[in-house]
Amino acid sequence: MIAALERLRPVRRTRTTNARRRESLTAVGMATPAVVLLIVFLVVPVALAFALAFTDARLISPTPARFVGLRNFTQLFEDPVFYKSLRNTAYFAAVVVPLQAGLALVLALLVNARVRGVNFFRTVYFLPVVTSMVVVSLLWTFLYRQDGLVNHVISALTLGHVDGPDWLGNPDTAMPAIILMSVWQGVGFHMIIWLAGLQTIPAELYEAADLDGATRWHRFRHVTWPGLRATRTFVLVTITIAAFSLFTQIRVMTQGGPLDSTTTVVYQAVRTGYDQQQTAYAAAISLIFFVLVLTVSLVQRFLTREKD
Amino acid sequence: MVFRTRRLAGASVAVAAATALVAGCATGSGGSTSGADGNTLTLWTHNAGNSAELDVVKKIIKDFNGSQSKYKVKLQAFPQSDYNNSVVAAASARKLPCLLDVDGPNVPSWAWGGYLAPIDVSGSEVPLSDQLPSTVGRYKDKVYGFGFYDVSLAFFARKSVLNEYDIRIPTMDKPWTRTEFDAALAKLKKSGKFKYPLEMGTGGTGEWWSYAYSPQLQSFGGDLVNRDGYKTASGTLDGKKAAEWATWFRSLVAKGYMSKKSGADPNKDFLAGKSAIQWDGSWNATKNADKLGDDLAIIPPVDFGNGPKIGGASWQWAMSSTCSNKDGAQAWLKFSRQTKYFVDYAKATGTLPGTEAAAKQIDGYQPGGKYNVLVQFARKYAEVRPVTPAYPYISTEFEKAAQDILSGADPKNALGQAAKDIDNNLKTNNYNAG
Repeated sequence: MIAALERLRPVRRTRTTNARRRESLTAVGMATPAVVLLIVFLVVPVALAFALAFTDARLISPTPARFVGLRNFTQLFEDPVFYKSLRNTAYFAAVVVPLQAGLALVLALLVNARVRGVNFFRTVYFLPVVTSMVVVSLLWTFLYRQDGLVNHVISALTLGHVDGPDWLGNPDTAMPAIILMSVWQGVGFHMIIWLAGLQTIPAELYEAADLDGATRWHRFRHVTWPGLRATRTFVLVTITIAAFSLFTQIRVMTQGGPLDSTTTVVYQAVRTGYDQQQTAYAAAISLIFFVLVLTVSLVQRFLTREKD
Repeated sequence: MVFRTRRLAGASVAVAAATALVAGCATGSGGSTSGADGNTLTLWTHNAGNSAELDVVKKIIKDFNGSQSKYKVKLQAFPQSDYNNSVVAAASARKLPCLLDVDGPNVPSWAWGGYLAPIDVSGSEVPLSDQLPSTVGRYKDKVYGFGFYDVSLAFFARKSVLNEYDIRIPTMDKPWTRTEFDAALAKLKKSGKFKYPLEMGTGGTGEWWSYAYSPQLQSFGGDLVNRDGYKTASGTLDGKKAAEWATWFRSLVAKGYMSKKSGADPNKDFLAGKSAIQWDGSWNATKNADKLGDDLAIIPPVDFGNGPKIGGASWQWAMSSTCSNKDGAQAWLKFSRQTKYFVDYAKATGTLPGTEAAAKQIDGYQPGGKYNVLVQFARKYAEVRPVTPAYPYISTEFEKAAQDILSGADPKNALGQAAKDIDNNLKTNNYNAG
């Protein structure tokens, strides 16, 4: 580790030790605030969560937490809601990751054109991203009501032949409804990232492709797609992690219902930890969530690694 | 290498010093680590943003501070949504104020958790025995809190509508029975005038579910937990009577009597004539009477076999166990127990005054007044929520089960799962400790 750092630092042999010392002192000074914050708000809580998962700690309790071994985990694996949470989280991620990434890429390709007014569309697509998720969720809760706007539109389009369902009140439609809304809200952010990636691709490559008489599809397949390699990895990893931590929409729109059809791992952890005051049990859920996300991220990193 | 170690050591010292500085500031600036600074006591309330009630608290503090020269009470108000979290956080840091208010059903949990100390208010103007029983917070035979008011549940309806469909307007002597109630709903539904004749606020979340619907479960003969020792919920929450309640509750939605999820403001829907009968809190009584006048019927809860039931207990005042000036805190609590303050609270908040003497002084709540019937509901029908530290947990489990039942879950399974979870919680948390 130290040897590696040594190699990275472009030290000129002629420099005096004094200057070097001053430089490293500055480095330490500049890193300290970030390191302190990281330790206090990240390392300590994570370590605490790991430790608490093996105790019987509660939010309110007169007795200090005792070590209970794997009890929280055995209880968790007997909990039917936990399996539903796992399944719903996986379902959400499996649909949202390709859908949102794909849609964002299509939008990025559309707004990457050099035409007038393109900034207007970029703003329009990005607008939901800057709106708070709580506000968006409340808004869509109204849209999704039995007598809400969505059903009015459906009714108008079908000339009154189709009565829309109670989107969030029906176990079959609740999750798809939340997925649709989440993709709508998040797609602008990833569009911007794709856009940034698209603009790093040198224009000469496209010119060369044109000279070779490449079709639009060929240009995309052989110039754009390979040029987006790094962006692709980034988008994939960030969407996956965001999808796994689905919480706000659930808390505001459905509270995990109806019939546990929208409960997720993070929602269950928060409900258990705060509403039900079971700190240790919530820590155990978080620990499993951590392992889950870590595994998926590692697999993704492995699959998208530089192969040379 | 030596050089590097020294640098690391230097950095560590700097970090440690910075941490100590931050920590030092935190303890230094507060100055009231035990809720009192000498004879100046801090008081916390959940009333920030609710100026009507907050004004009464301010008035009592002002009167108290002026009445003697020994103690001073200092107010700190929190918005209700953040209040409980603030108390829990302050308790973990052992920085609770001397005086605080607490929601009735949380009293046992906070008393068990060691947040609250038992209080002795003997010798105050209003004796505890004069109060509505539900406004005194007890745990294990000790008094931990008292409130100035309570709220009550009731059915609201229009007399004209009930008369039109030939539905008897019930009284406390003869409340609706289940058969009568179901027949009334069937009639109203059949009229075609109401999409959902019954409005019970099913769009709400949180404690409302336990507060509003567990009394109906109790009226059927079930309960949230076996109150004999509070050791198990199995057999009580998922027993035969409870399953009957759940089946009935589900049938309200299945038969189209009640919406699975009511609108954002159920009371507005009732006043607009969208629903015929509304199950709601006494806090809307004045608003309803203003709009409907003499046409408003305030109807007792249905007797489902085990007598009509409503929930009891609202916000109460308590003293923290870490208070360093318990004499001062008790003095404030005793001082506040004057009939005029009971009157002020009830008037300011539109709630039920906690004593008869206060009720006599409030227009409408005095004997014979049009809202007096609500006070009698609270006196006769109120059942306090289970007096156990596990209550917050039990409440969330009941809420989930009831929501699942309305969504079509098998009543027996939903209640069975809730009972199993509660049993597990009661067993693993050893609530008798402490």
